[in-house]
This record gives sequence, C-alpha cells and structure tokens, in this order.
Amino acid sequence: MRATLPDRRRPHRMAIALGAALLAAPVLAACGSDDDGKTIVNLYYAPEDKLEDVVANCNEAAAGRYEIVYTKLPREADGQREQMVRRLAAEDSDMDVMSLDVTWTAEFAEAGWIQEWTGDAKAEAEDGTLEGPLASATWEDKLYAAPKNTNVQLLWYRSDLVDTPPETFDELIDAANELKDSDQPYVVGMTGAQYEGLVVQYNTLTASAGGTLVSEDGKTAVVDDGAVRALEVLKNFATSGVASTSLSNAKEDDVRLAFQNEQMAFQLNWPYVYAAMQAGNPDLEFDWARYPGVDGPAKVTIGGFNLAVSKYAKHSAEAFDAALCLRNAENQRYSAINSGVPPTIESVYDAEGMDEAYPMRDTILEELKDAAVRPVTPAYQNASTIISTVLSPPQSIDPRKTADRLRKELQDALDSKGVLP
Amino acid sequence: MSMSTSAVAAASEKPPPTKAVLSEGKRAERKLGWLLCAPAVIVMLAVTAWPIIYSFWLSLQRYDLKFPDQREFIWFDNYVTVLTNEYWWTAFGVTAFITVISVAIELVLGMVLALIMHRTIVGRGLVRTSALIPYGIVTVVAAFSWRYAWTPKTGYLANTFAGDTAPLTDRAYAIFTIILAEVWKTTPFMALLLMAGLALVPEDLLKAASMDGASGWQRFVKVILPMMKPAILVALLFRTLDAFRIFDNIFVLTAGAQETSSVSMLTYNNLIKGLNLGIGATMSVLIFLAVAIIAFAFIKLFGTAAPGSDDGGKR
Repeated sequence: MRATLPDRRRPHRMAIALGAALLAAPVLAACGSDDDGKTIVNLYYAPEDKLEDVVANCNEAAAGRYEIVYTKLPREADGQREQMVRRLAAEDSDMDVMSLDVTWTAEFAEAGWIQEWTGDAKAEAEDGTLEGPLASATWEDKLYAAPKNTNVQLLWYRSDLVDTPPETFDELIDAANELKDSDQPYVVGMTGAQYEGLVVQYNTLTASAGGTLVSEDGKTAVVDDGAVRALEVLKNFATSGVASTSLSNAKEDDVRLAFQNEQMAFQLNWPYVYAAMQAGNPDLEFDWARYPGVDGPAKVTIGGFNLAVSKYAKHSAEAFDAALCLRNAENQRYSAINSGVPPTIESVYDAEGMDEAYPMRDTILEELKDAAVRPVTPAYQNASTIISTVLSPPQSIDPRKTADRLRKELQDALDSKGVLP
Repeated sequence: MSMSTSAVAAASEKPPPTKAVLSEGKRAERKLGWLLCAPAVIVMLAVTAWPIIYSFWLSLQRYDLKFPDQREFIWFDNYVTVLTNEYWWTAFGVTAFITVISVAIELVLGMVLALIMHRTIVGRGLVRTSALIPYGIVTVVAAFSWRYAWTPKTGYLANTFAGDTAPLTDRAYAIFTIILAEVWKTTPFMALLLMAGLALVPEDLLKAASMDGASGWQRFVKVILPMMKPAILVALLFRTLDAFRIFDNIFVLTAGAQETSSVSMLTYNNLIKGLNLGIGATMSVLIFLAVAIIAFAFIKLFGTAAPGSDDGGKR
C-alpha cells in the first residue's frame, strides 16, 4: 500500500470528475423521455400476443395527442408485481398505465399507488362491462381500474369418450371411474401445484359450496362450513384415484400437455387451451362444459387483467384516455380473436368473428354471469401464499383441522402480522 | 461478508510496536495516514453502517407498504413474531443443514483439487483454468442448467437417475440437488484458497520428512495440514459465511417450495413479495447476527490458529 502512493493531484482530479458525473447522470437520464414535444404515455403490460397492434390502433386514434409506448412486464405474475411494486414504492413517474392482475387492485389502491376512476372515464369503463370483472377492479366502492380482459376455467373433456359432461365433482369422479373400469383414458387434470392455480380451484369450490374465505371488508378470515365442505371435495378428489399422479406438481401447461397427449379424459383449465390443443394435436376430439360444482352449478373464479393509472403518472388525463382506448369494444374483439383473451364487455361476445375464434363463448359468458371473485384484500398476496401452502399437497388435507389452521394463518396474513412461508 | 472481511483485515493489522512517545515526524505521518484513510472510512460508513442501522430501525416498526397508515413503533414485537414462527425455524434448519454439508464436501473436494492444481507439471495453466470454470459461471445461469437437467423428460440427469418422478418436487431430493449445485459451483473457490495455503508449505520440509521415512499420507497429515491451517480456516470461514446466505440456487431450483427455503429466501419473500418492511428487516438483522456469530466463533474457537493472529504481536 505505502509503496504505491500515487501522485497527489490525481485522486483529487478523479474525485471532481466522479462527482460531476454523479451530478450529471440523473439530469441526463431525465432528458430521455418527452423530447421533441411529444406526450408519451408509458404502458407497462404483461406479455400479450398482438398487443402491439392494439397500441398502434390507439396511437392512430389519439391523432398526435399522445403516443403510447408499450413496455413488456415479465411473463410470471410474481415478476410483474415485483417490478411495479418496487418502482411505485420509489414513486417512479415513468409508468403511466399498468396491467394489474385482478387480485392486485385492493393492494395497489390501499397503498395509494393508483388513481381512482371518476366522472366520464368511470362511466365509459363501466358501460356494458360485465359485473364480475368490474367487481375485481373495485375497492371500497370506488373504481380503481378498467377491466381489460377476463378469464374463467372450463371443464374440457374428450368427446370421443364422454357423452354428457358431469355437472358436479361427484359425477366427475364417477364418470372417470367408469372410464377406468373399461380401460380407457380416465385421468382428471387439475392445477394442484403449490401456487396461485391451487388457490383458484379452492376459491371456486368454496364459492360453489356457498362458503366464504375472507369477509367482505377483507379484514377477517371466515373459513366457514362451506369452506370446509370445499376442502372435503378437494381431498375426496385428490384421493379418489382418478386425479393425475402429478396433481401436487401440476400447473396449467402441464395439465394441458397431458390432456393433449391423450393421457387424460378431463381437465379443468383456462380457455387458452382451446387454440393450443388444436395446434398441438389436431386429431384430438374434445369438447367443453361448465366447471363442475359441489351440489349445483359452480361459481367459477375470475381471472384476467385490469388497466390502472399510476398515482405518479406524468400525464394522467392522457393515461386514462389511452387505457380506455386499449380496452374499448373493438380492441377487445381484436384481442379476443388474435390473442385468445376473453372480453370484459358483454356485447363483444356477439361481435363478428367471435363464433369462429371463440366457440366456447356462450359457456364462458354463462360462467361469468355467475362468477366468484377471489378474496378482495390489500393483503391478497399474503393470503394466497398461505392458502396454497396450507392446502399443499391436496391429498393430505384433513378438512376440519386444515380449516382451523387456514383460518388462523389467514388472519395473521390479513393483519400482515405473521411470517410468510 | 463485510463482517468477515473487516474482521480479517483488522486482525492482520499489526499493533503499534511500543508505547514510547512518538516523534514529531511519526505523529505527522500518522495524521496523514488517517487523512488518507478518511475517504474510504466515510464510504464504508455510508454503504455498510448506515444500511445496518436503518434495517435495525425498520425492524422495530410495524411497517407494511400495503398499509402505510398503520406504521408504528413496536419495539421488539417483530422479533417475537419471527422467533416464535415455525417457517423461520424450518428455513433456519434447512440453511444450517445446507451450510454444514456443502462446506464439508467442498473442503474435501477442494483439497483434492488444490493438490492436483499444485502438483500438476504438464499443462498447469490448462488444468487450473478448467478447474475454475464452474466458479466463473454466473450462479443463476448454472442453477438454471441444473434445473433443466433435473426436469423430467427434458433433462438428462432426470432421465438417467430419476425415472418417472420429478426430483425437485421431493424435499430430500430437492435439498440434495441444491447442495450438489452449490458444491459444484464453489469447490473451485475453496481449492483456490487452499492452493494459496499449499504454497506456504516449504518444499525442504517435505523432503526432510520423506528422508525420515514419512509416508505420503503422513506427510499430508503431519506436515502439510498443520502448515496450511490458517489458509484452511480462512477458506472455511469465507465459505461458511457465503453458504449461510445461500439464495440464488434455491430461488431458481425450487423457489422455496417443499420447505426448501433458506433464511435469505424467506426474507426475500416477506420483504420484496410481501412488502412487509418490518418483518423483512427483522429477518435481515437476524441473519446479520447469525453471520456475525459464525465469524466470531471461528476466530475464538480456533484461537491462535485463526487467520492473521499468528503471533504477529510477539515479533
């Protein structure tokens, strides 16, 4: 160290240069956007096929008032949320319009990160929009986002093996057992891995059994008799011998692939599988029906994306306008046909071209009108983590005991008290 | 990590030779020394001390970004919550297990590798370079290739060893896979540190020992090992501290499913995913304490053999 003492003036000059660079960097970076007087609306949206076309449509419609720049968020939901949350916590003004998964509305609204929709924009966002998706964009009776697309799971079955689709889980298990006895493919696929997919199934079953997981205000863990009944159904299914052996490890695409490769007779999955299975195995004969319920028809959990405007947006008025354009009826029709995402505006289901691209639209619409929403609480992420952990693996559920544990840990999660696994 | 390096650095500084009155020149020199150190000290304080203090401050609060209105000072409640929680202790157990097993395996393999690298005569550069390749690969990239290799149907390791099961979904197998990835990745680092220790062993001593009839094994155990003890301890200390903070391998391989979370994973889940700054900060303070205790134990337990404390004061 001592031997290599450098010329004394050099560190000094270096320090000045470094300091100057540090001071200049943010200033230079800030010049990046909004040059040549254009108003830029930054759209942060999950990867969706052909969304570029929709963005281009809207840029044309804006006629120079603003330009939407589409930045893709990561593919995984956790990655999307983490990026947005981190940037919002730092009050990043570079995000204007964001795609929120339906379960994030309460969290972002409560944290004060997204703007409430009011006046004309609110009226337009609500006009003709289905009730379920709208409820997923609402927190404490205020609208915080505009539903862009929705999603519900269906029961997909092999039409060459099954004549009448089962309507309840008991019927489903019986039908699969009959197939098993006659040595045909009989396996039922479900997303049972320890992740959000399992929560979706359980939420559907609970709602179908008339149960409640979390109180309406999102503050109390209820987990009532209906929720216990749903645990019984889930356990019964997992141990019936007709569920896939990799149930506790299966996500959407694992299930789709197994069904597509003719290893299954039934699968519970999102509508995206329609196009994927047709492309993957054109010879496969399959049909669809409503998701099976507990006693009667099921109340199916809604998925999908809503568009929200950041609190720190530089151009709020333009951002609301852009969000409305991205989800207007014509663009929703385009996205439904070209990217396979179910629309949130009811009239779009009857629009031109939908019958061909979306033959299951009537079943979807039927489910959407009698749908279930996942617990609405700012602590949804915590609640979801707890639910999927406590329910995994579904084979080892002990209805009463599991329900008691779930209630206790869920309450801690809602209070943001406990430790997340 | 910062603990360990500063501890090592502090220990290697020689204490002042005598307590005699310093001459004018000496004092000026010392003052200059302090001045020259000042920028580094200030930077160190800004980037290490301040975050530690801030984390501690956060850990005493109920502070969840989802509920910004409910922020309040709650003393040590977060510590009670974490330390009475089952998930924390499970993660702690998993972390400790991975640390102990992987460091033990690395020490043995690292020693073998170091001896090979040290003794190689032909193609020495090639041998050393190829041995170091795993260490040069980004951990996340390596972890992904392990994951794909263990994925049923697509991965060659899964096809060869696992048959129809999915190894990463079973807890014992998953932890084994994590340890394997960790060992593969960091053995070269261990070997590198040990090789530096091997260079300390005088060739004359080994020759003398073999003249006295010591076998190869005896020379290794009685001469080489004692001579390189300080290097072994440095290597163990570094690797233990590193292994205890294991994150990327687990994040990619299992994402903490099947109870394979390490304490760092758990902290990440609570802090970044759960947005709970209070609980997250509490966990990071606890990890810091654990790391500090490990470093302290190494220095204390191994006493005079500890790195840097080789009777420097008596000289």
